[in-house]
Amino acid sequence: MADNNVKLQVKNLNFFYGNFHALKNINLDIAPRMVTAFIGPSGCGKSTLLRTFNRMYELYPGLRSEGEILLDGNNILGRDVDINLLRAKVGMVFQKPTPFPMSIYDNITFGVKLYEKLAKTEMDDRVEWALRKAALWDEVKDKLKQSGNSLSGGQQQRLCIARAVASRPEVLLLDEPTSALDPISTAHIEELIHELKEDYTIAIVTHNMQQAARVSDFTAYMYLGELVEFGETDNIFTAPKQKATEDYITGKFG
Amino acid sequence: MANSTLSESLNVQDRSGSSSTMNTSIYRRRRLVNAFNMGASTLTMAFGLFWLFWILFTLLQHGLSGINLQVFTQSTPPPGSQGGLANAIYGSLAMTISGTLIGTPIGILAGIYLAEFGQRGWLAPATRFINDILLSAPSIVIGLFVYEVYVVSVGHFSGWAGSLALALLVIPVVVRTTENMLRLVPNTLREAAAALGAPQWKITLYVTLRSAKAGVLTGILLAIARISGETAPLLFTALNNQFFNSNMNQPMANLPIVIFQFAMSPYEDWHTLAWTGALLITLSVLTLNILARWMGSQKTQSH
Amino acid sequence: MEKFSNNQQMQRQMLLDNIFRVSTRCFAFLVLALLVGILISLIIGAMPSLSRFGWSFLVDSDWDPVGQKFGALVPVFGTLATSVIALLIGVPVSFGIAVFLTELCPNVLKRPLGIAVELLAGIPSIIYGMWGLFVFAPLFADHVQPVLIDNLGDIPLIGLLFQGAPMGIGVFTAGLILAVMVIPFIASVMRDVFEVVPTMLKESAYGLGSTTWEVVRYVVLPYTKTGVVGGIMLGLGRALGETMAVTFVIGNSSRFAVGLFEPGQSISSALANEFAEATGEFHMASLIELGLILFFITFVVLACAKLLLLRLQKQEGKAS
Repeated sequence: MADNNVKLQVKNLNFFYGNFHALKNINLDIAPRMVTAFIGPSGCGKSTLLRTFNRMYELYPGLRSEGEILLDGNNILGRDVDINLLRAKVGMVFQKPTPFPMSIYDNITFGVKLYEKLAKTEMDDRVEWALRKAALWDEVKDKLKQSGNSLSGGQQQRLCIARAVASRPEVLLLDEPTSALDPISTAHIEELIHELKEDYTIAIVTHNMQQAARVSDFTAYMYLGELVEFGETDNIFTAPKQKATEDYITGKFG
Repeated sequence: MANSTLSESLNVQDRSGSSSTMNTSIYRRRRLVNAFNMGASTLTMAFGLFWLFWILFTLLQHGLSGINLQVFTQSTPPPGSQGGLANAIYGSLAMTISGTLIGTPIGILAGIYLAEFGQRGWLAPATRFINDILLSAPSIVIGLFVYEVYVVSVGHFSGWAGSLALALLVIPVVVRTTENMLRLVPNTLREAAAALGAPQWKITLYVTLRSAKAGVLTGILLAIARISGETAPLLFTALNNQFFNSNMNQPMANLPIVIFQFAMSPYEDWHTLAWTGALLITLSVLTLNILARWMGSQKTQSH
Repeated sequence: MEKFSNNQQMQRQMLLDNIFRVSTRCFAFLVLALLVGILISLIIGAMPSLSRFGWSFLVDSDWDPVGQKFGALVPVFGTLATSVIALLIGVPVSFGIAVFLTELCPNVLKRPLGIAVELLAGIPSIIYGMWGLFVFAPLFADHVQPVLIDNLGDIPLIGLLFQGAPMGIGVFTAGLILAVMVIPFIASVMRDVFEVVPTMLKESAYGLGSTTWEVVRYVVLPYTKTGVVGGIMLGLGRALGETMAVTFVIGNSSRFAVGLFEPGQSISSALANEFAEATGEFHMASLIELGLILFFITFVVLACAKLLLLRLQKQEGKAS
C-alpha cells in the first residue's frame, strides 16, 4: 500500500482547459492530518489543482487532466473511479457560503443521507457532532429548523464546513473559504481549521499569504500553472529557496 | 477495480464511533434513480423533437404537392372547382403589414417611456405589469374587443378591423423588446450625448434608439411572426371573403381563416388547399423566427 | 441679437422635449387603457346575459340557442379540463426538457436544441389544430383509444373516464395537443430559471457526492421554485386562452360529459364556432360573457405568474 505519510500523491499532473495548458507537470505529496496551503497570484492554477482532487472539473466539457493523483495509493483520476464515491470521501468548501435552500438541519443531513441510513436519534447526534466540529452548535442549536439562509455570512460558511464534515470525508478541500468574510468570521474559520486537522487532511487555497502562514503546515507556491516551490510553511516564509517565491511573499510581485 | 477499493475503504472508515457504515444498497438505489431520471429527461427531449419533426414532416408531405402557380394567382374556389389562395395570401399580407405599421410605433413609444422616463411614479410599473399580461392574453378576447368597439360601431366586418386586432397583438411584444433593448444601452452613451447639449428627444431617438436598433428590429420581426399565424382574432373582425378584395374596408380573406374553413369542410380539394396554406404559413412564420433569432445573435456577438 | 435667438432655440427644444415626454407617456398609458377598455367593452357587451342569467350562468349546463337559454358550465368545464390535462402532460415533459438542456446536453447541441424547442413554440396554433384533426386523431382512434377503452373502461369510477366511442377527437385529444403547444413555453422559462442557480451552489452539492438528479431535485428545484411555478402558470394562461388548436379537435358538443374521450367544448372553441353566426341578443351576450369569464380567469392566472416571477427577480437581486 501507500506510504503512511502521504495522503494524496500528485504525480506528473497536467491539466487542460481545451487547448490551454493550465497545470504543468505538477508533483506533490500531501501529508495526512496536516494543512497544506496553495498560494500564488490569480490564474496560477491553485484552484484548478484543488478541483482535480475531487474531479469537480468533470462537470464541464472540454476540461481534462493527465497524470495521476493517488489517494491512499489509489489513482482517483482513473476512468473506472466512481466520482460520487470519491466526492463523498473528499469534501469541499467554496469561496462563498453555499447553504442549500433548506433548513440548517437538512443542510447537515443532506450529505449523510446520501450514503448512510441512520435512525432519527443517530442522525440528531450526527448533526450535533458536525455542528460542534464546526463550532456552530451553540449558535444554532435552538433554530435547526430555520433556513440556512437566515444565518450570517460567517455562520453560513461554518455551516458549509459542518455539512462537509458531517458525511465524514477524509480530505477537506477549502477553496478560499474566507474570501467573502469579515475579519472576525475569518478568525473563527482559521481557528476551526486548526482543530479540524486533528481528524482531516486539509488542502486550502488562499490569496492571503498571512492566512497561509497562520494556518498551514506546508505551503505550495504556484505560478503560471507550475509548482514553483513546496515545503514546510516555516521554511517557505522565512527562507524560500526560489527567488520568485521570495518576491511574491515579500510583496515585490503579485 | 479502483472503484471497489474506494468503496471498501469507505466501509472501513468510521471515526466518530457511530455504529453505522456506508450502505452500498443505498448508493446502488441512488444511482438507479439517477440513471432512470436522466434517461427520462433525455426521453422528454426526444418527445419534444419528435412532435416538431412529425408536424413539419406532415406539413411537407401534404402541403408540397399542392404548391403550384395557381395557388398564387387564383382566388379560393367553391367546392369541386379549381382555384388558389391568392385572395387569402393578399389579405394576410395586407392585414399583417398594416397591423404591424399601426402597432409598432405605439409599442416603441410606450417602450421608450418605460425605459427612459419610467424610473419614478406608478405608471411605468403598472404598464409593465399589464403589458406582460396582454402579451399572453387570449387572442380571441382581443378579437371580441375589436368586434365590440369597431365592428359594431362601423356596422360591418372589414380588413381594417382585422388589422386593428393584429395591431393590438403587436403592441405588447414591441413594448417588451423595446424596453429591454433600450435598457441594455449603457448610460454613459446617454450622458455623452447630454454633455454635448443635445435635448432629450434627440438623445433618445438618434442615440439610444439607434444603438438598440438591431434588438428592436428583432422584436418587431417576432411580433410579425406571431400575428401572421394568428387566426382567432380575425374570426370576428376580418371574417372571410371568397373573392379577391383589396378594399380594406370590406371583409377580407386571409390564410388562417381559409385554412380553418377549408380544413373543417368535408371536401377533399379544399383540404389540399388548406394543407398548402398551412405549409406556406408555417414556413413564413418559422423563417421570420429564425431571422429574428439570427439578428438577435448578431447583436450579442457585436458586443 | 445672437443671445436672443439662442434663447428662442432653447425654448423650442424644451417644448419639443416636453411634447416627446408627454407623448411617450400617453402611449404607455394607452397600454393600460387597453386592458381597462377590454374589460369594460366585454362587460357592456355581456350586459343582457349578465342581467338575465346572473350567477346561475356559471353553473347552468344548458346551451340552447333556439330556446335562448344559456349556461356556461360546459365550456368553462371544457376549458379547465383541457388545460389541466395539458399541464399534467406538459409540466413533467417541460421539466425533463429543461433538465436535459441545462444539465445533460452536450455543449454542441445546446443551441440547436434550444432553437428547436423555440420553433415548436413558433408554429401557429392553427397548424397544431389541423395536424391534430387529420393526423393525430385518426391514429389515436384506431390504435390507442380502443385499447384504453377495453382495458380501463370497466374499472369502477376510473372507468367512467375511459368510456365513449373511439372517435379520436374529444377532451383528451384537445388536452394533449395543448400540452405539446405549452411545452416550449414552460420548458424555456424553466431552463432560464435553472440557469440562474449559482454554479457554486450546484458544485457544493456535487462536492458531497450527489448525483445529477439529486442536485436537480434538492438544490436546483427548491432554489428556483417560484420561477418554476411562474413558468407553469404562464403555460396555464396560454392553455386556457388557446383557440384554434382546441377548436379543431375538441369535438364541439355542448352536451355535458365527464369522459376523457367524449367530445366537449371550451370557451374559446364556442366563441370561434358560434360568434360570427350568433342568433339573437342573448346568444351574442352570452358568448361575450364567456369571453369575459375567460379573460378574467387568464388575467388572474397570468397576474399570479407575473408576481411570482417578479418575486424571484427580487430575491436574486438581494442575493447578488
